[in-house]
Amino acid sequence: MGMTMTQKILAAHAGLESVTAGQLIEANLDLVLGNDITSPVAIHEMSKMKVDGVFDKDKVALVMDHFVPNKDIKSAEHVKEVRQFACEHCISNFYDVGQMGIEHALLPEKGLTVAGDVIIGADSHTCTYGALGAFSTGVGSTDMAAGMATGKAWFKVPSAIKFNIVGKPSKYVSGKDVILHIIGMIGVDGALYQSMEFVGEGIQYLSMDDRFTIANMAIEAGGKNGIFPVDDLAIEYMKAHSKRDYKVYEADADAEYSAEYTIDLSTLRPTVAFPHLPENTKTIDEVGEIKIDQVVIGSCTNGRLEDLRVAAEILKGKKVAKGIRVIVIPATQQIYLDAMEEGLLRTFVEAGAVVSTPTCGPCLGGYMGILAAGERCISTTNRNFIGRMGHVDSEIYLASPAVAAASALTGYISDPTKL
Amino acid sequence: MKAACGTVHKFGDNIDTDVIIPARYLNSSDPAELATHCMEDIDKEFVNKVKAGDLIVATKNFGCGSSREHAPIAIKASGVSCVIAETFARIFYRNAINIGLPIIECKEASVAIKEGDEVEVDFDSGVITDKTTGETFQGQAFPPFMQKIIDSEGLVNYINNK
Ligand code: SF4
Repeated sequence: MGMTMTQKILAAHAGLESVTAGQLIEANLDLVLGNDITSPVAIHEMSKMKVDGVFDKDKVALVMDHFVPNKDIKSAEHVKEVRQFACEHCISNFYDVGQMGIEHALLPEKGLTVAGDVIIGADSHTCTYGALGAFSTGVGSTDMAAGMATGKAWFKVPSAIKFNIVGKPSKYVSGKDVILHIIGMIGVDGALYQSMEFVGEGIQYLSMDDRFTIANMAIEAGGKNGIFPVDDLAIEYMKAHSKRDYKVYEADADAEYSAEYTIDLSTLRPTVAFPHLPENTKTIDEVGEIKIDQVVIGSCTNGRLEDLRVAAEILKGKKVAKGIRVIVIPATQQIYLDAMEEGLLRTFVEAGAVVSTPTCGPCLGGYMGILAAGERCISTTNRNFIGRMGHVDSEIYLASPAVAAASALTGYISDPTKL
Repeated sequence: MKAACGTVHKFGDNIDTDVIIPARYLNSSDPAELATHCMEDIDKEFVNKVKAGDLIVATKNFGCGSSREHAPIAIKASGVSCVIAETFARIFYRNAINIGLPIIECKEASVAIKEGDEVEVDFDSGVITDKTTGETFQGQAFPPFMQKIIDSEGLVNYINNK
C-alpha cells in the first residue's frame, strides 16, 4: 500500500522502508522549538533527565515571543531562565527581544525549516511549517525536553484527509478564508489525530503567506499536521531564506486517505468564525450587523507582510471608525522593517491604528489589547475560545486581514469588497 | 497501575486548554499555583469542589487548542486521578501520558456518567465502573508502549530507565 506525504517523511526519519497509519515509531528530529511559556517547563524537565546537554545546539530554537518585552516580573523570570539555558548550552537559535518574532513566522524566515524536515515544537501552531512540505507538529514541554535531550520523538503514524484545491480565488479571498471554510465544514475535531494533505491545481494561486496561514490552523481542526506539496514557489522561498538542503517527498499515487474533499477557491467568500469556536463560521454575506470594539491584525496566523499589505491597502488615506481600537502587530522584526520601508506602518498610524513590536500579546490574552466584559474584537488570530483575549464575557470573531481592516473603518464586521 | 476512584465532575465538548488554565496564569509553571486556577473560565467553583481522587468526565475533543502542558499539570495537581472522555485532542493526550496523568477514551462512559457519580477506573483492563448506577463500560486500554511511559510515571523516568 502506498504512503501519504506525511507518512513518507516519517518513515525516512525513523529509518524504515515504509510505515502505516497507527504504527508507533521513533523519528529523528531536524528541529526542536520552544517559546517563553513552554521552554521553562521543558528546561526543568530536561534537568531531571540523565543527559549531558542538548542533542545538537544548532537544532534547538528558543523564541521569546508570548510575553515579551516582558509584561511582568514572573514572565521576566521565565525569559531569564531560558536566556541562561541558551547561554549555557550555546544554543545558536535563541531569539530574544530585538531579534525575535512570533516563532512560526520567524523560523521559516530564518531558514530553519525546510521541506522534508521533521520538526516538533512546544507550541500547538508548530504545524505551520507544513506550508514548506515539512512534517511539523505541536507537542508539550516534556516532549520538547526529551527532543532536546535525545533528538528523537515518538509518534503514532497518522492517517490523512486529502483536500483537493481547485479554482482561483477572487480578490480579498485569502488563505484565512480557505482554512476557516474548511474548519467550518469538518469541525474543530474533524481531522483529529490526522494529517491534512493539501493538493491540486488551485494551490498555484495561494501565496506562501496564504499557505503558512492554512497550515497554521490545521490544529484548529484537530489535525496533527497540515502539509503542502513542494512546488516552484516553495522552492523559491526556501532558496531565498535558507542555506539548508531540502528534500521533496510526494505522496504515492495509491496512498490511502480516510476522506477526500474538493475545495473550489472560486466559490469561497470572505469567512468569519463566530464565538467561541473556530468552526462557527459564516460567510461575510451571512454575518449581519455585528458591532465591534477592537480590531487585532497580527499573530502567527496573519501577521506576515502580505497580511499587512492588504490591511494597509484598505486603510490607506482613511480613518478608523470612532471608538474602535485597532492594533497592528507585524510578526517579526524583518516584517516590521519591510512594512516600514513600504510605508505600511505610516498608513496604519495615520489611519488611527497603533503598531506594536512583534509579540503574541493579545492573541492569547497576554497583554497589549485585553478585552473587558462585553467587548467584541475582530481578530486575524486563530482561536476564539471563551476568555482567550481577556474577560470570559468578551467575544472574538476570527477573520482575514482584509475583513479586519474593512471592519476597522466601519465599526461593524464588514465586507472588504463593499466599502 | 493503581485504579482511580472518586467523584465525577462533568464537562461537555471541546473543553480547550485556555479554559483549563487561562493564559493569564501562564507566567507561572508551579503546579500548585496552576491548580488554584484549574477550569476557572468554565467553572469558577471547580477548585473549591474538587477533592483528591476525583475524576473529570467530558465528551468530545477534551484538551483542544494550545499545547500548554500546564493544562494536564493543573488538572493533576488539583488532585484529579483520571480524565475520561469520548476523545482527546492529540497534544493533550501526549502531554497527559508524558506527565503521568491517567486518561481513558470511552464514548459510552462519557455520555452515561453524570455529575456527582462515584466512578472507578481499572487501568489494566480498561473497565470503567459507575458505582452510583452500577453500569460498567469498556474503555480503550493504552497500547503497551504508552502503558510503559505511564507506569514509569512519565516520559522523563521512562527515558532515564531505558
Ligand atoms: S501568535 Fe497566538 S497562536 Fe501564534 S504562537 Fe503566539 S499565542 Fe500562539
